[in-house]
Amino acid sequence: MTVDVLSILGAALAVSVGAIGPAFAEGRAIAAAMEAIARQPEASGTISRTLFVGLAMIETMAIYCLVVALLLLYANPFTQ
Amino acid sequence: MKLQLHPLQTETWFHIGPVPISAEVVVTWAIMAVLVLVSWLGMRQAQVRGGWLQSTLEVTVEAIADQIKAVIRSEPWPYLPLLGTLFIYLACANLSGVLPGVVAPTAHIETPAALTIIVFFSVQFYGFKEQGFRGYLKRYLEPNPLLLPLNLLSQITRSFSLMVRLFGNMMSHEFIIAIVLFLAGLFVPVPFMLLGILIGLIQAFIFTVLATVYVGGAVRATEAG
Repeated sequence: MTVDVLSILGAALAVSVGAIGPAFAEGRAIAAAMEAIARQPEASGTISRTLFVGLAMIETMAIYCLVVALLLLYANPFTQ
Repeated sequence: MKLQLHPLQTETWFHIGPVPISAEVVVTWAIMAVLVLVSWLGMRQAQVRGGWLQSTLEVTVEAIADQIKAVIRSEPWPYLPLLGTLFIYLACANLSGVLPGVVAPTAHIETPAALTIIVFFSVQFYGFKEQGFRGYLKRYLEPNPLLLPLNLLSQITRSFSLMVRLFGNMMSHEFIIAIVLFLAGLFVPVPFMLLGILIGLIQAFIFTVLATVYVGGAVRATEAG
């Protein structure tokens, strides 16, 4: 296998594996926030703001994987 | 037909002298001009009972100030010029990609990098201003001087992730639309573009809230950001 094929495989693997963990984490975070809002609707403003910030933090992991995949595809230092 | 996309390259429109001017720079300056013009029009003859434009601007500023106050739990007014401008600019920039022929400046890495550098230095500036030189430097030695490298590292990594988050979200969204258009056809990307409006606003909000959290962490004496 050449470096090109390997980097395409690596990019696909990075995104697909790297999306699993953040997906589970975001699901858990949103479920917990839903429960909290259902119990305490008057605190929904604070909860949703904190939720958004937390989701952004979690999502960063997936986006790191995306950036690695894009680097492999478009700015690969090992091809040419 | 070949799909020509590159996430890290920008398209040069024209040159001013030796300086290449890309589409993003033109869009950024256009957004700045529109924002300045609207603010000037609204506040040109500010009255106690203002017109609709003045009232809209006042409600916007008050809403942003309330949000900042809820996050940093102190007076929002010293930080409002930076953070409010950041939010309004980001919302306009992220939404400008919806207009035909306009590229969202935040979808290329230079604009998020510039905004992140502004946020990074502003956080240090506000920290020094509020806590004094020694007081703020001591923050890096808490809770233990052994953690100094980690504190320094966290300053850099969180700025980097701030940049990559905005860039990654906006760029991947643009990419998805381009790929779907390439594969499926003319009207199929419309739902994705609607989703893009939501993503753009949420990313503007998240960038601003995180910048606010960093500023709040730097100016508060007790708690680390």
